[in-house]
Amino acid sequence: MYAQMIKSTGQNVKSPEEMDPQERAFQERVDAGEKIEPKDWMPEGYRRTLIRQIGQHAHSEIVGQLPEGNWITRAPTLERKAILLAKVQDEAGHGLYLYCAAETLGVSRDHLTRDLLSGKMKYSSIFNYPTLTWADMGAVGWLVDGAAIMNQVPLQRTSYGPYARAMVRICKEESFHQRQGFDIMMKMANGTEAQRKMAQDALNRFWYPSLMMFGPSDENSVHSAQNMAWKIKMNTNDELRQKFVDQTAPQAAFLGLTIPDEHLKWNEARGHYDFSEPDWDEFFDVLKGNGPCSADRMEARNRAWDEGAWVREGLLAHAEKKKARKVAAE
Amino acid sequence: MTDPLFEFLCRLGDNTLVLGHRVSEWCGVAPVLEEDIALANTALDLIGQTTMWLNLAGEVEGAGRDADALAFRRDVWDFRNLLLVEQPNGDFGQTMMRQFLFDAWHVLYLTELEKSSDARVAAIAEKSLKEARYHLDRASETVIGLGDGTEESNARMQAALDRLWPYVGEMFDSDAVDMDMVAKGIAPDPGTLRPGFDATVNPVLRKATLTRPESDFAHRGGRSGARHSEHLGHLLTQMQWLQRAYPDATW
Amino acid sequence: MQNEWPLWEVFIRGQHGLSHRHVGSLHAADAEAAIRNARDVYTRRNEGVSIWVVEASAIAASSPDEKGPLYEPSNDKVYRHPTFYDIPDDAGAM
Repeated sequence: MYAQMIKSTGQNVKSPEEMDPQERAFQERVDAGEKIEPKDWMPEGYRRTLIRQIGQHAHSEIVGQLPEGNWITRAPTLERKAILLAKVQDEAGHGLYLYCAAETLGVSRDHLTRDLLSGKMKYSSIFNYPTLTWADMGAVGWLVDGAAIMNQVPLQRTSYGPYARAMVRICKEESFHQRQGFDIMMKMANGTEAQRKMAQDALNRFWYPSLMMFGPSDENSVHSAQNMAWKIKMNTNDELRQKFVDQTAPQAAFLGLTIPDEHLKWNEARGHYDFSEPDWDEFFDVLKGNGPCSADRMEARNRAWDEGAWVREGLLAHAEKKKARKVAAE
Repeated sequence: MTDPLFEFLCRLGDNTLVLGHRVSEWCGVAPVLEEDIALANTALDLIGQTTMWLNLAGEVEGAGRDADALAFRRDVWDFRNLLLVEQPNGDFGQTMMRQFLFDAWHVLYLTELEKSSDARVAAIAEKSLKEARYHLDRASETVIGLGDGTEESNARMQAALDRLWPYVGEMFDSDAVDMDMVAKGIAPDPGTLRPGFDATVNPVLRKATLTRPESDFAHRGGRSGARHSEHLGHLLTQMQWLQRAYPDATW
Repeated sequence: MQNEWPLWEVFIRGQHGLSHRHVGSLHAADAEAAIRNARDVYTRRNEGVSIWVVEASAIAASSPDEKGPLYEPSNDKVYRHPTFYDIPDDAGAM
């Protein structure tokens, strides 16, 4: 997902008897569906895991601007250009909201940014794939945003108040993102032969990377169990992936496009689609920084940050001078 | 001869088209998230204005072309934007200086167009003016902040001003098209706007501790289409590529 | 590196005459810039007609440990709520 492979404390989930009273009271509040707020007591593991998860989610939004930003200057009509620009701008906004949520846990945005730029913190694997044709703008909206929404909707109920509130705002704004993607896909799938070919090619390239967004199966993961007990992870990776495939397969059929999986088949007994797993070796390679565009993405973010330093410093220096002048005048 | 009204509307629409495109190039790589979002808002406003101006231009022309046809299917010599707006982004300071100089002119021009004898022109101007005023406010404060900021930011802003100043003069040129618009009460003579421009720009430059260049030498050829800079062709190469490569497709 | 822009809390009053409501936070070099940034970040969908910004460090907040003493005493003052009073329907709208 936008936050993949989030490590937790690495220990098994404690039983109530093993917890100290403070921890037990905390867990009871979480179990009762109460929100945890910034100044409330929280286990150190909860705080650290949240910083990792929200930070990674925020980084994904910011790096996620790049593959779609790649097409803003080439959008084929004025309306498409405006829609795409508004969408990529939303992603910057979503990154901003999420960094602010992380900041309530006592870490600064600049600190998180430096951890992203040094490679210490990760972002979603999906944004390391290239966007090669205009149909990719459709596929990204339809598949990538579709997968993200699967994860983000339940996160509106996450236990940490500022995170949950950021997700509410994000989900509200994001509702047009997937639809605009599908709208592009419809136009392409019903367009000229070249457009249909582009649409199918985009689906071929983005299908498995989209399935990877949910992360490998975590049924037996201790991290996952702890994060679910804390309600900072709401569903298992497999649950969400299945839900995504079940939703997307009929949409592909509607578009007249073929999902690149010969094993994809409706399973009447399970009430779900059967499908092939993505290549997890590729996933781990991408996470290690060997994605097709990993180097490009990090270079672009680093350049933007370095070349922007004089602007951030200049405006801050001006603000300080202004304050000093005001004090002097009083 | 082309209809002067068509020519006039293309000038307005091409300015916002080309500048909106330039500003949109910042999306995802601005110095700080808040600026990234603000620049996208500016670009979105300009794209919206483009759609209104160029659709009206197409309507006036009556040859069945809409805003997209005009934006994506004309070549360099048909573009009527100011040379200023096609200049590359440079660093963030140069982008904001270009925005400031354009906005200072744009607000004055739109203020006059609100009184246009052509109701369609007046309506678009009214909507655009609200947006342009905010752009001017934001760009002015950024120019002041960066000019007054650090030694480095001051030097960069002065360099940006020196680099762009030769493109200011063209905004106040008048030709036969303008005279026709004046005669019909559609638009003002751009030459009359210079004092207002100086009154907007000078105090901002003073607060920004920047020195206005002594020479008012002006490059010309954008709004007449006689001689654009080399940059416009590259911009169009990107912008128009899909429409040119797949002419029979709809998007 | 101590050059991070300060954090500001943003409050926006919407169209319908309600009070300013906390909508989120952002970074800005000073208050004027914070208002402009708030306009660009938090009113992209027509959300507001008035913006307040407050530097986050200037906010005094109640402590969560005092939740009991601060808020529970009001729990039993049920007579402050209209539903406490049983007025017959025959009395008409009230």
